[in-house]
Amino acid sequence: MSRIVALITKEFLALLRDPRSRFVIILPPIIQLIVFGYAATYDVTDVPFAVYNECPGDQSRELLARFEGSPYFRHVATLTHEEQMAPLVDRRDVLLVLHVGPQFDRQLNTGGVARLQAIVDGRNSNTALIVLGYVQDIVTNFNLQRAGRGGVPAVPVRLEIRSWFNPNLVSRWFFVPGIVGLLTLVVTMLVTALSVAREREQGTFDQLLVTPYRPWEILVGKAVPGMVIGTLEASFITAMAVWWFRVPFNGSLVTLYVGLELFILSAIGVGLMISSLSVTQQQALLGAFLFLVPAIILSGFATPIANMVPLVQKATVVNPMRYFIVIVRGVFLEGTPAHLLYDQFWPMALIAAFCLTAAAFLFRRRLY
Amino acid sequence: MMSTATPLADSRPAAPAEALVLDSVTKRFSAAGREVVALHDVSLQLTPGTITGLIGPDGAGKTTLMRLAAGLLWPDEGTVHVFGLDMRHHGHQVQASLGYMPQRFGLYEDLTVQENLDLYADLQGVPHAARTARYRELMRMTGLAPFTSRLAGRLSGGMKQKLGLACTLVHPPGLLLLDEPTVGVDPVSRRELWQIVDRFVREEGTTVLLSTAYLDEAERCDDLIILYEGRLLGQGKPDVFERPLEGRTFKVRLQREHHNRSLEQKLSTLPEVVDAVIQGDAVRIVLREPSAVEAIHRALDPLGVVDIEAVPPRFEDAFVSMLGTRGRQDADKPDHDNSSETATDGTQPPRSTADVDLRIPTTDDTRPVIEVRDVKRRFGDFYAVKGVTFDVARGEVFGLLGANGAGKTTTFRMLCGLLPASEGRLVVAGIDVRRTAAAARARIGYMSQKFSLYGTLSVAQNLRFFSGAYGLRGRRRAARIRWAMEQFQLTSVANSNSGALPLGYKQRLALACALMHEPEILFLDEPTSGVDPLARREFWHRINALAARGVTVLVTTHFMEEAEYCDRLAIMVEGEILALGTPSQIKERARTAERPEPIMEDAFITLIQSRREQPARSGEAKREA
Repeated sequence: MSRIVALITKEFLALLRDPRSRFVIILPPIIQLIVFGYAATYDVTDVPFAVYNECPGDQSRELLARFEGSPYFRHVATLTHEEQMAPLVDRRDVLLVLHVGPQFDRQLNTGGVARLQAIVDGRNSNTALIVLGYVQDIVTNFNLQRAGRGGVPAVPVRLEIRSWFNPNLVSRWFFVPGIVGLLTLVVTMLVTALSVAREREQGTFDQLLVTPYRPWEILVGKAVPGMVIGTLEASFITAMAVWWFRVPFNGSLVTLYVGLELFILSAIGVGLMISSLSVTQQQALLGAFLFLVPAIILSGFATPIANMVPLVQKATVVNPMRYFIVIVRGVFLEGTPAHLLYDQFWPMALIAAFCLTAAAFLFRRRLY
Repeated sequence: MMSTATPLADSRPAAPAEALVLDSVTKRFSAAGREVVALHDVSLQLTPGTITGLIGPDGAGKTTLMRLAAGLLWPDEGTVHVFGLDMRHHGHQVQASLGYMPQRFGLYEDLTVQENLDLYADLQGVPHAARTARYRELMRMTGLAPFTSRLAGRLSGGMKQKLGLACTLVHPPGLLLLDEPTVGVDPVSRRELWQIVDRFVREEGTTVLLSTAYLDEAERCDDLIILYEGRLLGQGKPDVFERPLEGRTFKVRLQREHHNRSLEQKLSTLPEVVDAVIQGDAVRIVLREPSAVEAIHRALDPLGVVDIEAVPPRFEDAFVSMLGTRGRQDADKPDHDNSSETATDGTQPPRSTADVDLRIPTTDDTRPVIEVRDVKRRFGDFYAVKGVTFDVARGEVFGLLGANGAGKTTTFRMLCGLLPASEGRLVVAGIDVRRTAAAARARIGYMSQKFSLYGTLSVAQNLRFFSGAYGLRGRRRAARIRWAMEQFQLTSVANSNSGALPLGYKQRLALACALMHEPEILFLDEPTSGVDPLARREFWHRINALAARGVTVLVTTHFMEEAEYCDRLAIMVEGEILALGTPSQIKERARTAERPEPIMEDAFITLIQSRREQPARSGEAKREA
């Protein structure tokens, strides 16, 4: 036991006394947390739009005033000719052009159907859809109010929307819990992927292998710093999510930490496996990124796994992050109890067991 | 003292100008806020058409001097003239007539031999018309002609050095600067490198400045420059240094069966002895003064009949006694090891730690500690080790010698349990390595040539880790750490990062780490490579002290003089043991009429050459092709 303590102490010292690895552990997570917390969002606000109003009536003015008054829109240009529309959109000066025809008021007042033309920049389809949704909301409200004033037949079905778990559909609530998984994965991978490779490169691994340590003891020595640092990192980000970004935390901490430790173990397994296959730190770093990028993209962190092609969906079963994302979002927003997350726990345990065993086996293997 | 005084600072490009003149050159470096004087007020001159050896321990300023001469650095004070031209003003002009081969020559490993030559010819602007003849000449001299289409990365260490030299010589230089060209090169290639350099000096009148850590090479130089801590200690022909030692060098041999290791230890504690070193079955000593030989006779009288024979001094004697004495004067410095002191440390450990000092295991002493039976190691379909058999007895220092790729490192790694053997039986300390490697590992100490330490950990943390790794605890652990700090003079650097230490300290720390658990067997993989002659000697005194106390030592080395320190040695070639025996027995095989007193290097080369003339040649030719 005292031998393993000596090994773990050494691993911590080697990690924390090296200014470069200290930097890797501390700075990137903070920067990424700030960047993702503030920058990564699906919310579209402050949409620049132009108006081309050919109708001098007050109905059209009232409708357009609703856009100007909306917090989502910003009126940046008023057009007088049709030809002015295209260049504005092309230059990305506006995302939306509203065109009111000359007959708008007359058609409304005679009980007819008036048309409002909305021209949207469709280059980013996601944004265009959201903008159109806003336009539709405003037009619907306009119609309802007119119907309320009487004279015009009311709309037969009125939609009442309640969004559960995230009533205002704040996308930060969706992203920030995911960051817990993302940053924990990155830091744990870097700490472990470099550990064996660094020793190989500097020749100290041979020195370690001639001591009486058995492979599993070396494995424990290498895994513990990753566990501790990964857990601390995840705890810090969770705290920031709750108290800084104000994301509601509805579930149990125990459930979160059970999932977290399984997740970290599987990340350590993958990291150590990459490390014991590498001869130099450069190879290990490359290997780690080769794993990290697809692991993040195919985890459901930003885009739902259900939207991916079936083959890729199947491939994600070996990605530990995919399971943890479900757990962390569930615990934060839904308060999912542990027994509903068993299906997320056991695959991570399996990945961890496989990778750690393989890593221990690979320690003694030499790249002849 | 050799030159016929050409005035300094003369910018005449006249023919007989000195090849290189340094006039009171001082060069400082600032590292980590500390200023280091690499060269202090050095003045010297090189006579055209000679080979000058640049000799000194690590950190003496050898490489700085080379780089100043090559115009890669500028002096802070003083001037550097090459062929009468000031490097500061005519640097570019001078560099055209200058060849510089740094310690790690920049060969492009993914290019072939020919492509490397072409590249350097292009870089140095050698006209195409002149190339064919020049290449042919260089390939003939270096013996690389059959390998021109081989990738440089696939050449052996010696061949790489030769190719590096050829690339440096593509454009015939007037002044050739070689920075430790023979480090890590096997004896055969070393001899060939020297032949190439000699021939260039003779045929083209090149002036050569060559730094080296091999003191036997110093005797091959026309002129020697000795540097120590940035100061010039002397310049002159080798015999100028040797002359003061006339009548002070002896070989001591005990007639009765007695171990020369304890004799060496006894001798090095005597105040009359400046230096004592094992040489085969005798001990070579340097005395303070010729008359002291009487005192030696008296001191050794109780040991029986003693044979003390006067021998001519070598340059090595001069170097060690010169720097050894100097080291003693610097007593204020934390690290002032010298041979005699170290040996005292080794035999008489400080009283406070005597209870935890190395124990001699006394059980079943007659059984060999290491048993190697018909061990083979295969990589793919290539046998790196093909059927090696030898035994090592308790307390023996056993050497494995061989050129690069001879299989000595592979054998070594199998014994340490770092590499599984393909076939055969390996028993270390009575434990079958192929079955229970972990148990065997607990009883061995291992030190690799890279002094593998955790660079970001401090000296004390390294010691704490390695003692913990072997299961040492509590008071015993504390006592061992204290022992290591005292024995290896590490107290003053206990809190420094081990990665930032000078090489000599690293080597001592690595040895200390390997000895924390008082192993029965010590494995040393080229433990002295890159370490200067003084540190090397100090290291061997420690090893001798350990062996005298019953620790078995298995060592690989490519320093032929170190082979003399072994009790027995095995010379490996192409995965087989070519010769096995005591140093005297092996040297005996090279004894001829014209060479009655062969040295180890002669023996090594004779053995390898005789092997090459044998039928094995056909197999080798196949592989070369």
